[in-house]
Amino acid sequence: MAEANSLSPETMIAQMKANGVTDIVWLPDSETNFLYLLMSSDPDLRLIGVTREGHACSIAAGLYAGGRKPMILIQNTGMLESGDSIRGWLMGLDVPVVMLVGYRGYTRHGVITDTVAHYTERFLMAFDIPFYLVENDSDADRISTAFALAEKTKKPVVVLIGDEFHGFNR
Amino acid sequence: MMHTADLIEAFARHRGDAIVISGRGGRHWIQHSDTALDIPLGDPAMGGHAGFALGLALAQPGKRVVLFDSEGDILMSMGQLPTIAEQAPANFYHFVLDNEVYATTGGQPVPGSKIVDYAGIARSSGYPRAMNFYEIDAFTHALPGILDAPGPVFVSCKVYPEVENTPIGQRVRWRKKSASEVVRGLRGALGVG
Repeated sequence: MAEANSLSPETMIAQMKANGVTDIVWLPDSETNFLYLLMSSDPDLRLIGVTREGHACSIAAGLYAGGRKPMILIQNTGMLESGDSIRGWLMGLDVPVVMLVGYRGYTRHGVITDTVAHYTERFLMAFDIPFYLVENDSDADRISTAFALAEKTKKPVVVLIGDEFHGFNR
Repeated sequence: MMHTADLIEAFARHRGDAIVISGRGGRHWIQHSDTALDIPLGDPAMGGHAGFALGLALAQPGKRVVLFDSEGDILMSMGQLPTIAEQAPANFYHFVLDNEVYATTGGQPVPGSKIVDYAGIARSSGYPRAMNFYEIDAFTHALPGILDAPGPVFVSCKVYPEVENTPIGQRVRWRKKSASEVVRGLRGALGVG
């Protein structure tokens, strides 16, 4: 069982379903393995694995151009690597996509020792990308809020998964 | 080597109703066709055209998707090839214009310009069909067979470089629409937007 106050994979899948996601373009990290098992067993979700996070941006743009509803699932480290692809392929082509970003190094008490966490929100603010923080199941409706904002603005919106309890690894 | 204009002209005779992402052949392709199924995106971010084409091919399995990529893009995002091979869209036709240089920045050679076997890399990444062409006659002869068989197929073509030395801000803009306008037009034509 997931620990109390954690974000459960079932909640994530429910949010994907509720928002009509058809394809997950992703590169896994250590905290998403259980989510992978659920996603890969779902016949209505197509998983497209990439080898570099920036590739997810152009693939998602192509899926959107062809009428699908993709979601991107990566870690914050890869998001930093993907800056120009986010700019060119998602923002430049007006792609309304939600990027679910694992917030590696995040801690609720605010003492950060992992430099990628130090730069994550600063990166998003520099790129003017709206973002929401989701820490546990009670925050999950923020994911639907992110989908609504992406659709309204025709731009990418980020959901940071600040799951310091490692709910995906139960 | 081939002239890109000749290669594009040869393809135009066999285009059918394919979606064409004109990529590095864009300024030649627009001389042949400029409809909502012609997708000149410019250069949103180098290395991503193959990913865009993959996504589009997966989203529209009933339509052939043709991409004119470049060897510089392949080198920058070589890791996309296994993803394409794994997804294996049968409607994806991946052409590469290999001019051996970064033409838009003045013609500096790409790393390994004389030694890389791009079709070999594609084949090793899992593309079921991959081939190199060096002369227009051989390319023109093989093209109908390439397009009649299922993809994904990788076709690397040695082309003469068309080097641009004019500063980017002073270049003549051949594209008539922004990339986002092109995507909106495509979605409208496909009935998904």
